[in-house]
Amino acid sequence: MMKHKRVTLFCGHYGSGKTNIALNYAYALRSRYPKVAVADLDIVNPYFRAKDSMAELADRDIRLICSAYAGGNLDIPALPQDMYAITDDRDMLSVVDVGGDDRGALVLGRLAPALRDENDYDMWLVINRYRPLTRTVADCLEVKAEIEAAGGMPFTGVINNSNLGRETEPGHVLDSMAYAEAVAAKTGLPLVMTSVKADLVPALANQIENLFALSLQKTY
Amino acid sequence: MDKVLMKGNEAIAEAAIIAGCRHYFGYPITPQTEIAAYMAKRMPKIGGTFLQAESEIAAINMVYGVASAGLRVMTSSSSPGISLKGEGLSYLAGADLPSFVVNVQRGGPGLGGIQPSQSDYFQSTRGGGHGDYHMIVLAPYSVQEMAELTVKGFELADKYRMTAMILADGTMGQMMEPVSLDLQVAEPPQKPWATTGTNLSRKHNIINSLSLVPEELEKLNVARYERYKIIERDEVRYEEYRMEDADVAIAAFGIAARVSKNAVDEARKMGIKVGLIRPITLWPFPKAPFAKAAEHVKQFISVELSMGQMIEDVKLASECKVPVTLCNRVGGMIPTPKQVLEAIVAADKGGKL
Repeated sequence: MMKHKRVTLFCGHYGSGKTNIALNYAYALRSRYPKVAVADLDIVNPYFRAKDSMAELADRDIRLICSAYAGGNLDIPALPQDMYAITDDRDMLSVVDVGGDDRGALVLGRLAPALRDENDYDMWLVINRYRPLTRTVADCLEVKAEIEAAGGMPFTGVINNSNLGRETEPGHVLDSMAYAEAVAAKTGLPLVMTSVKADLVPALANQIENLFALSLQKTY
Repeated sequence: MDKVLMKGNEAIAEAAIIAGCRHYFGYPITPQTEIAAYMAKRMPKIGGTFLQAESEIAAINMVYGVASAGLRVMTSSSSPGISLKGEGLSYLAGADLPSFVVNVQRGGPGLGGIQPSQSDYFQSTRGGGHGDYHMIVLAPYSVQEMAELTVKGFELADKYRMTAMILADGTMGQMMEPVSLDLQVAEPPQKPWATTGTNLSRKHNIINSLSLVPEELEKLNVARYERYKIIERDEVRYEEYRMEDADVAIAAFGIAARVSKNAVDEARKMGIKVGLIRPITLWPFPKAPFAKAAEHVKQFISVELSMGQMIEDVKLASECKVPVTLCNRVGGMIPTPKQVLEAIVAADKGGKL
């Protein structure tokens, strides 16, 4: 696992895999540090969100910061009342799962000044070459600019999460590397990691640097 | 082209664009908002129109307008929003206009919840608004079918000058699957009835659903039902799964069919001869496979995310020759494969859960 900052924000296009990666990243952090929180700040989508993994987080003694309405039957784009713990509690490592696109990134506006002030954060752009609206490098640059404008924060890295769901083969991931590297080069940001389903790791371990294994949040 | 990973809602939106739809009108509602969000991003880039209307009622009447001009047009909503569109759907039928409408159902009645449901089956298969009319109702059960049936919906709507509706549910809208977007789209038919300007070379076309002379209105209704007969003959779609030697048959569509397929496979491993009939068109309902199955199964099980709506069509199609039981969850809940398996085991023993 790479060197971490105190706060890690996962942003990107809708459906790019932010939630799964954020949860897995928090699990990895928790294995090395006692005080970790996951903040579910998704105000865009009431389905498939970090709060769905409430039990798994509790099992691992990871704090969940999320709206009381999240995951319920009330479709309210509400923010959690304890979200300021992300910036105020500097003993805690915070993993922040931000909603998709620029709409989702709007929530960062409230946190951005304190995060910039502390200057101990990473904000990672999650990309998937197999999502229709982030298929090209140009698409990713557009999404990046929109999110940065809405959130008032610059990205610090790129995560390649290119996958085709359950049909993902090692070849799909390998084919996406040139795209991911091009996004990194064009943005001037490091390619922080390439995340893949855990069962693909053996086939890819020797071919891709900074591979990050994902256990899936939910399977259907 | 490579496959892409899409949500069901996104697949509908992209497939609509591929089918030539350049006009989308809607009002956001969970769990279908991604359709509007996708259109908002894509339409301006391809010279199309995305418009968030002030209400569902406004949106469906904008559909009426564009359909009158002979262009491919759509709206989408979820259950409460479809009720609001009910008047417009009836007007579209009365004016014989082609339109494409999506209902990604959520639990009802009333505002209900935001989790998946299939409880708008009656509403959609029986028309939805007032008056004698039908819509073609298509029930996808995968993200790939969300895309394919969207193209088919636009084609059928144009062919028969009526509304084609995708009846999906929250799960279908939200789930992500790999999709091939290599979709074949036929050239849209000529629309000599459309209000596109006369060039002073023909009589005015008038699009209207008002008909005050009862003899005339009767004729229009009878003619419309003659067209429906052709659709019932030519456009029925369904899938039969492991039905050849079945003693028990499941009837299920959409997400319920997906759950049921797993249960059928499990039951087959236990030695139970069970199959699945999956209606893909809910109207016209596939009567023939149920009539055929009624000759060799001892029970039908209708698996639904409703209090039992399609079960009535199963009973009608099988002429109640064998018992038809219900296996269901409602309110946003989904039956598990285990629940369906238990119903299969009970049906095979001749009992009833």
